[in-house]
Amino acid sequence: MEGLRKYFPLRGPLGNVNAHVQAVDGVSFHVAKGETLGIVGESGCGKSTTARLLMRLIDPDAGNMVLDGDPIGHGGLTLRELRRTMQMVFQDSYASLNPRHTATEEITFGLRVHGIGRSEAREQARSALRLVGLEPDMFADRYPHEMSGGQRQRVNIARGIALNPRVLILDESVSALDKSVQAQVLNLLIDLKERLNLTYLFISHDLNVVHHVSDRVLVMYLGKVVEVGPVERIYQAAAHPYTRALFASRLSMDPRQRVDAVPLVGDPPNPVRPPSGCRFRTRCEMAEAVCAAVEPILSEQGALHEAACHAVTPNSGHSRAGGLAHAA
Amino acid sequence: MSAAAEAAPAARPAANAPGRRRRTGGFWQRVGRQVLRDKVALVCAVVLALIALSAIFAPWIAPADPYKTSMLRRLLPPLSPNFILGTDELGRDMLTRLLYGGRVSLSMGIAPVLFATILGGALGITAGYFGKAVNMAIMRVVDVFYAFPSVLLAVAMAGVLGAGIFNSLISLTLVFIPPITRVAESVTTQVRNQDYVEAARATGASSVRIILQHVLANVTGPILTYASSLVSIAIIISSGLSFLGLGAAPPIADWGLMLNTLRQAIYVAPINAVLPGVMIFAASVSFNLLSDSLRTAMDVRA
Amino acid sequence: MQRDPIVEVEDLSVRFVNRDIDLSVVSGVSFSLAAGEVLCLLGESGSGKSVTMRALLRLLPPHAQITGRIRLAGRDVIGMSERQLESVRGPVGAMIFQEPMTALDPVFTIGTQIAETIVSHEGVSYTDARKRALELLEMVQIPSAERRLNAYPHELSGGLRQRAMIALALSCRPALLLADEPTTALDATVQIQILLLLRSLQRELGMATIFVTHDIGVACEVADRISVMYAGRFVETGPVGDVIARPSHPYTAGLLQSTVHAGSRGQRLPSIPGAPPDLADLPNGCSFSPRCSRRLAACDTSVPPLVGVGEDRMARCVNPLLVAETVLA
Repeated sequence: MEGLRKYFPLRGPLGNVNAHVQAVDGVSFHVAKGETLGIVGESGCGKSTTARLLMRLIDPDAGNMVLDGDPIGHGGLTLRELRRTMQMVFQDSYASLNPRHTATEEITFGLRVHGIGRSEAREQARSALRLVGLEPDMFADRYPHEMSGGQRQRVNIARGIALNPRVLILDESVSALDKSVQAQVLNLLIDLKERLNLTYLFISHDLNVVHHVSDRVLVMYLGKVVEVGPVERIYQAAAHPYTRALFASRLSMDPRQRVDAVPLVGDPPNPVRPPSGCRFRTRCEMAEAVCAAVEPILSEQGALHEAACHAVTPNSGHSRAGGLAHAA
Repeated sequence: MSAAAEAAPAARPAANAPGRRRRTGGFWQRVGRQVLRDKVALVCAVVLALIALSAIFAPWIAPADPYKTSMLRRLLPPLSPNFILGTDELGRDMLTRLLYGGRVSLSMGIAPVLFATILGGALGITAGYFGKAVNMAIMRVVDVFYAFPSVLLAVAMAGVLGAGIFNSLISLTLVFIPPITRVAESVTTQVRNQDYVEAARATGASSVRIILQHVLANVTGPILTYASSLVSIAIIISSGLSFLGLGAAPPIADWGLMLNTLRQAIYVAPINAVLPGVMIFAASVSFNLLSDSLRTAMDVRA
Repeated sequence: MQRDPIVEVEDLSVRFVNRDIDLSVVSGVSFSLAAGEVLCLLGESGSGKSVTMRALLRLLPPHAQITGRIRLAGRDVIGMSERQLESVRGPVGAMIFQEPMTALDPVFTIGTQIAETIVSHEGVSYTDARKRALELLEMVQIPSAERRLNAYPHELSGGLRQRAMIALALSCRPALLLADEPTTALDATVQIQILLLLRSLQRELGMATIFVTHDIGVACEVADRISVMYAGRFVETGPVGDVIARPSHPYTAGLLQSTVHAGSRGQRLPSIPGAPPDLADLPNGCSFSPRCSRRLAACDTSVPPLVGVGEDRMARCVNPLLVAETVLA
């Protein structure tokens, strides 16, 4: 099957009248079928906004999206079809379940929306519960408060997969779980992906978890994509200084090899008034005049690997970029 | 992004435990049990049930005809032979009149609140769910009404519409729509921002469907609690309207009206004059306490 | 080298009691801590780690019943009056919280809050206190500290707010610093800054420090010793490097194995089955036994005692991964 790719360029500041919070600004990327794309970044970098834009839970100000060759809207896929093809699992397992609905009611809701009869929907809800490892006889009639965090998150996943989507967006879906339960849910997600032939968009601030599940990784900073590439390349040979700092900030799991120097100073700036040019320049040790003047664009760093930094972009005018220019 | 798994480490399981141990069905069952465990609420419920039953069955249990007057037995004191609670200024049996009065007064307390809950709830949920321009339009109009004190508004409306039970019912309904709309709007806004509503939207469900299945179930509790606290106010205002001659007209038995006509006799037969007031007090206090208990019961988020 | 311990806790238990419930949140916790030592309480939600720490300053809701013995700098905390407690909270033990926004007063500037605390505890003049507040802000490496003195909490970013709270906690020169998940709500690049700051401050000032966290990575970065908690009890305790490298209790081992780390990619994570226990319905024996792969018949009869499993190490397990050497209490 050639040419089966999903392409989602989204552009434009997302904002309301008096304050333009540039939550997501000109983000473009694609996800191949059957792949897991990890999206990492710190709070306020626009990862969750991106997820909600993809689901059209909020309307983008600009940009368009192509799913499996079909554009969304403009005579292509309708919103309803989009939301059947793409589903989402949220971070907070409690808030994302209606406290007055049992597990079955929660799962059948979406099925009924898409015109499936009551008894048929119940049957499908049971098999979805079975798929996520919850015995239907025990859990079908439980309310959210009668389940543990891990069980609730499994119900959320069951609700997502019951509609038979092709893409599942996981927005910090395992972040709030206890470590011992997190591992169970991660294993489940990896199994489901294989069994149901799913494509994942895995959003998380936890770099270790993203490393564990992703094929490719997209790094965001203040609403922009700063780097994207295959997981091993990003984790071992990151080109963007922000990505490198982010990885250096990971906590060592070995008390004999503690982090000794602060990899990155300061806090992320306010997204209402982002810095000019490169948004990372205020915290970057390699910043030069060109970084304030010109916004860097993604440039190729190797196979499937791109980064938006003047220092690694040939002919950008950055002093470090010269050598690369000759090479290129 | 916080991985705040551990906000109140011990308080949460503590709150969880009782709910988990006896795991039974619905939310309303649990609320019901909780209310019944509250002794004050139980007493109030019994008092209200007695008043309501006696009002409903007044024609069968009342000892006399509520409209039969007699100049000879005016203002008999309570415990007179044949007239347990005495008679009023026209010689009618007080007990009978109080029983019949309950029919008007209770309906005037409950009906307007019921109508206002339906209309105000619909307005508030619409405003809260759709937000933005819809919210602005609805809530600004509501604010205009909200600016007037409720009693004044009721009196003005009843004045415009003219006296009578039906008109005072309409004016009371109009009085209660704004506050209920406000409450409904605020709880709907909260629910609307929950992830599960977002998740429901993500399944492609229509707004109507989401409101009916997700929003309604989660907002009716708070709205009903608030509405039940308005019943006592409705009883008092409707009694006030009758007292002013804008509500029920003589010879109909109504607690407010009785209070009005008997007030001239306050020095001659003080107990008789006070009795309708006692009924108004008992009914409205019971409604208030019951609604308080309901609120506490529903507050316990399992 | 034997130093007098700052903290001595013996057989501490905390129960939450009200009309409906009676929960044992912490049971039989004992430890001691000397000046300059860093202890990490590691555990998942509901393991009782935060409650244990709060009990040290008696910062618990009124329905909490504390039993056992707690001595801070030689003074008995359990028997103290509310007045005496005030003299302990601050100069002896100070606390920093996960959410600085809720722990700082939104209507006063940072400078005022720190200065007020110094004045009330040390009785110095307001001008002197203000000067010390400035020093403190510089000590926690807040850039342009002079200006930040007049800032309100909401005007600061998350990282600066957390630094301001640390400055506030240090204002009374505490001998003991209690940190309750101080970096959990922060971004990765900011978290490491705060951890390094706390580590250097702790060394400079020679404070005893108790760190509560659910994150093994945080424990690895800051702790000398680590105590793993499960269902209100210490299940394993020892020097951090040793415990991480060679866990003895099956829970600690399971937790370490199931934590995603570099190099786990493509493999199935070994996970602990089941969910953390319901405190209202704990098993008779070892709380972990229903989830344990090394379970023996003896596990379900009574709660196992803490036994020595190596130099300076204890585990509450009948069948530990490291063999018990001498049986202690």
